[in-house]
Amino acid sequence: MHIVVCIKQVPDSAQIRVHPVTNTIMRQGVPTIINPYDLFSLEEALRLRDKFGGEVTVLTMGPPMAADSLRKALTIGADRAVLLTDRFFAGSDTLATSFALAQAIRKIGEEFGAPDIVFAGKQTIDGDTAQVGPGVAKRLDLLQLTYVSAISGLDLEDKSITIERRSEGGVQILKTRLPCLVTMLEGSNVVRRGRIEDALRAARADVVAWNAKDAGIEDVTKCGLRGSPTVVKRVFAPPPRAEKAAQIDLAVHKTPNDMAEAMIEAMFAHSPSLEGDMTKLAAGF
Amino acid sequence: MSEQKPAAGGRASMKKELPEKFREYKHVWVFIEMERGVVHPVSFELLGEGRKLADKLGVELAGVVLGSGSEDVKHAARESFAYGADLVYLVEHPTLADYRNEPYSKALTDLVNAHKPEILLLGATTLSRDLAGSVATTLLTGLTADCTELNVDDDKSLAATRPTFGGSLLCTIYTLNYRPQMATVRPRVMRMPERIEGRAGRIVPFAPDLDEANIITKILRFLPDRESRKSNLAFADVVVAGGMGLQNAENFQLVRNLAATLGAEFGCSRPMVQKGWVSADRQIGQTGKTIRPKLYIAAGISGAIQHRVGVEGADLIVAINTDKNAPIFDFAHIGITTDAIRFLPALTEAFRQRLSPHSKDRLAG
Ligand SMILES: Cc1cc2nc3c(=O)[nH]c(=O)nc-3n(C[C@H](O)[C@H](O)[C@H](O)COP(=O)(O)OP(=O)(O)OC[C@H]3O[C@@H](n4cnc5c(N)ncnc54)[C@H](O)[C@@H]3O)c2cc1C
Ligand SMILES: Nc1ncnc2c1ncn2[C@@H]1O[C@H](COP(=O)(O)O)[C@@H](O)[C@H]1O
Repeated sequence: MHIVVCIKQVPDSAQIRVHPVTNTIMRQGVPTIINPYDLFSLEEALRLRDKFGGEVTVLTMGPPMAADSLRKALTIGADRAVLLTDRFFAGSDTLATSFALAQAIRKIGEEFGAPDIVFAGKQTIDGDTAQVGPGVAKRLDLLQLTYVSAISGLDLEDKSITIERRSEGGVQILKTRLPCLVTMLEGSNVVRRGRIEDALRAARADVVAWNAKDAGIEDVTKCGLRGSPTVVKRVFAPPPRAEKAAQIDLAVHKTPNDMAEAMIEAMFAHSPSLEGDMTKLAAGF
Repeated sequence: MSEQKPAAGGRASMKKELPEKFREYKHVWVFIEMERGVVHPVSFELLGEGRKLADKLGVELAGVVLGSGSEDVKHAARESFAYGADLVYLVEHPTLADYRNEPYSKALTDLVNAHKPEILLLGATTLSRDLAGSVATTLLTGLTADCTELNVDDDKSLAATRPTFGGSLLCTIYTLNYRPQMATVRPRVMRMPERIEGRAGRIVPFAPDLDEANIITKILRFLPDRESRKSNLAFADVVVAGGMGLQNAENFQLVRNLAATLGAEFGCSRPMVQKGWVSADRQIGQTGKTIRPKLYIAAGISGAIQHRVGVEGADLIVAINTDKNAPIFDFAHIGITTDAIRFLPALTEAFRQRLSPHSKDRLAG
């Protein structure tokens, strides 16, 4: 069995800072991580491989430094890593991203065997759209299983897969055919620590690096800025409200009790119907 | 939106030149999401927003209802009219009884190609996110996820605003040369419009080209959630939340205590979930729940944009923070610059006394 897992290198969000004057994101020196949601998909892929045999290929599109994330995935246990990197990809929106990834997955299929399952993360923490997975599925004409909480059955003879998926108001149990694209729900498994052997192997392993041409992309107008129907026209800081919050005057209200009473007065003065509403609510109505 | 940067140089000067074939795309559509016969409230919120866009553009607002031929779809159509739709496209077929990606994305894509809307809005729910990505990719058009504001530009194109990575920024995104312009909006981000009983509209039936024999994915079972497991955060009238200013899991109890006294729901900022101090269904913000309470009390929360977009719809925002320059004071209505750990117990007690009803009030209910 061959499984491809799409992972993305993202800035470690906790450490991102915005320049106070220019309002631009300060990316320099920000550590990067594998998009946390992608790890649940990677883990699920590794489990299937361990159980059914075969190989796991991790794929990312990004700048050359994204190779670090691929190497990390190798230390966790992936068998092969492919980096898709080219200046033509710069500025891709989700449609252009899904085009490039789908082409690369086709090429991976030609070179290393057609995948039975493609995994993507539920969403990224930077783009945060949850669109790239479904986009890749559509472009490769794969059946699509998103928000999967468990893979409960896989039959390679029969080419069938049974999964549990989160839907509004409940869990759907679906059965469909391979090949398919799966995105895993967070918390659906516990990501392993890589073994020493994998770490040693990863240190020696080559990351396959492809540019657009290598990946078999002839029409670069479908990539990057030019291949993106959406355009970011404006980036701005949220406008402050006309006035800042009215502060409770601590020179007047000195004890916590005084402060609390002043605060409640201020709330009820701001929203006169609130006292009645809250009285009912507090009484359990 | 994965790799995008703001328009600069070449991109900013990119012309909006709608190709001929897209010029006939007209009207605003809202996908009316139904699961197990119940319309998701986000669809009505979107109709409210869609109404404003349609009026600005001088076009019609349509609801799109997909389902199997039962009373449910007719009910969904009537409700769509009550919330502002001028017409409803009704797509009925046995394969559409429960949501599955294959028949739903095919039916919606075919409907778009047949009737050509300029704007298509969907909820950012598990169902519609699964659907929207497939439909947009098939149509090769732009899709902007999780918008917090929708508007119509001078040249009548859709301006979709969403938070962007980096903690304190928003960006406005356009779909320049493709139609429809697609966007998703999370539940509770937009205000619920007024429901007008008996408001009427046209029903336009659409026969989808579907056949169960050609649909590969089968639903074996559906296990409904037990109601008790769900928090009612999104719909609560009063919400109390705590952030990292509370410093540890034990102090979060002060938030629960105040919420219990008020009969309110409690919530938290994202790092509290990441620390494992509060369960994920309590997270408020861009990647958590959006709330629209009458009163929101935030204790020890800095007010980052991802948090702000989840609470801005509150009628009254009250913030407790030790830092007088905390961003939360930029959008809160009432603030107090003090230690929440000391202040919350006093506030809880003061509320308890103030709200404890005299017996006659209690009877009056
Ligand atoms: C893609 C993405 C999505 C995100 N989604 C969300 C989301 O959905 N929801 C969300 O909340 N965040 C989200 N975040 C994180 C967000 O950017 C902030 O990091 C987070 O909201 C900060 O949480 P906080 O205010 O609790 O913590 P901090 O930023 O650490 O702020 C703590 C605050 O407490 C104050 N304080 C300290 N001690 C006290 C005290 N004793 N009494 C009172 N105040 C005190 C401090 O002055 C400070 O303002 C997201 C981030 C990214 C990148
Ligand atoms: N540049 C990329 N390279 C590889 N995979 C990606 C890339 N961007 C997105 N993905 C995959 O698509 C998923 C959803 O991304 P998004 O639509 O940005 O939320 C991610 O979790 C990844 O699995």
